[in-house]
Amino acid sequence: MTARVRGKETWRSLRVAVWLGWQVESNWTDPFLFAVYSVVRPVAGALILVFMYLVVARGGLENPLFPYVFVGNAFYIYVGAVLMGISWVVIDDREHYGMLKYMYVAPLNILTYLLGRGVAQTAIATIATAITLLFGVGVLGIRIPPGQVDWGLLAVALVLGLSALAFMGLLLAGATLLTARHNFFIGQAVAGALYLLSGVVFPLDVLPPALQWVGKALPVTYWLEALRRALLGEGGNEALRAIPTGHLLPILAGSTLALAVVSILFFRWAEGVAHCRGLLDMQTMY
Amino acid sequence: MNLRREMKTFLRTVIGRAYPRVIGMRREKSWMLFEVLLPLLQVAAFVYIYQAIGAPPEFTGFVVLGGAMTAYWMNVLWSMASQLYWEKETGNLELYIIAPTSRMAILIGMAAGGIMTTTIRAVGVLTLGVLIFRVPMEVTDVPALVGVFLLTLVALYGLGMLLASLFLLWGRQAWHLANLLQEPVFLVSGFYFPVRALGFLVALGASIVPITLGLDAMRQLLFPQMMEGFRFLPVGTQLGALAVQAVVFLFLAHRALRYFEDRARREGRLTLRGL
Repeated sequence: MTARVRGKETWRSLRVAVWLGWQVESNWTDPFLFAVYSVVRPVAGALILVFMYLVVARGGLENPLFPYVFVGNAFYIYVGAVLMGISWVVIDDREHYGMLKYMYVAPLNILTYLLGRGVAQTAIATIATAITLLFGVGVLGIRIPPGQVDWGLLAVALVLGLSALAFMGLLLAGATLLTARHNFFIGQAVAGALYLLSGVVFPLDVLPPALQWVGKALPVTYWLEALRRALLGEGGNEALRAIPTGHLLPILAGSTLALAVVSILFFRWAEGVAHCRGLLDMQTMY
Repeated sequence: MNLRREMKTFLRTVIGRAYPRVIGMRREKSWMLFEVLLPLLQVAAFVYIYQAIGAPPEFTGFVVLGGAMTAYWMNVLWSMASQLYWEKETGNLELYIIAPTSRMAILIGMAAGGIMTTTIRAVGVLTLGVLIFRVPMEVTDVPALVGVFLLTLVALYGLGMLLASLFLLWGRQAWHLANLLQEPVFLVSGFYFPVRALGFLVALGASIVPITLGLDAMRQLLFPQMMEGFRFLPVGTQLGALAVQAVVFLFLAHRALRYFEDRARREGRLTLRGL
């Protein structure tokens, strides 16, 4: 196959996967209910944190930690959405709709297809994140003056972070291909661990030292630190204060690249094993 | 069929439907590990938030108790409310319908099996949470605590049975609705903070979910001093309200099951899959 044909096939796979992902996510109801559904969950998640603060602070949100928590939690919406959005496709297509085997029969690029299916979830997460942030600024009074936001850092960090999450999703998709009856837990376990270890809703410094080191090895930690520095001017993590902002992006880019290589290699290996063991059309009825 | 035989069939159905839930847990022991550790990750994160903002240690207890009770709410949502949807998707629902037994017995069996397995998970989360985060608990009234807990479960699973009947009509909406009832209910029911913080009226509205009342009452009985400033209703009132909810939800579930099964049958939705 020539590079041109391969390129066309990759583009077509991506386009169709994005469209299909959007249909699967949204066509179960009318647009209004879908919009409400997409927004209510993340806003409720953010409000849990707000009330936790209010209860302790007896009505005040002036604690300098609050913007840290709120911004981290808002962007964490992407973590669950992208990770689960990509890895869940394997379960949905294989177990629920019984379509995964046809994906392998069709002339498409399966990696691009999986990443494309995650795009719909990413789009929904983008809206939810934006609304959560607007709610924080408009209703809760979090100070994010547009003039002081480092838009360049925000854009680059966002792209790099989402790419890292997408490759993590691919890694999980590979693991999901090989597992039976545990695939529901894989995404949740990884997302839960990232929530705890990446300093999403509290500074890394609060964690025991051993867990701080685990947190420092995760790309999501640097992603959130970069996003906070872009929006709030400071990251809030004492443990990462020594890293200049100029070094954060290369760290994030390097870890994303490493993750990309590992994910693709692992997925291809998992795919081969699944093929040999006849797991591509496995039905566990769970 | 005489009454004795009907009762026997009812009981056998309850045991028969509870059996796969209990035995399934024994056959997949790793599930238990995941189902204890996953909520514990969330609990740990919320405990660290409270520590970061300098909250009193009792708040750790609020979170650990709420985290343990999430297991029941998740079980009600995914293994009660959505269960008939799953059964429809896997082709079992028709078998339930043609089986010569009461559908209520099937739902009660689901609830009984669910309560047994979920209690092990909840106890796991609670024990590990209390030990890891050294939660200071002071049990003031054991019979009241046991009473609140049991009534909360009966009322909660009654609600689950009612939702299962409602979900009978739906396809993928059932999945999304169950998803939608997670974080918003964690918020309004005060899983991670005293529900009084939301204001009396919101807490009153949220009391439709029995865990709201159950959690508040259990917190009052376990952390009496700290809850003095956050008490929503007296424990006695909450016990009474939970008892009423238990009866009302079970009655409504019975009526709703008949109504929605009949409607789904007429609209041809009992065998619709993948929608």
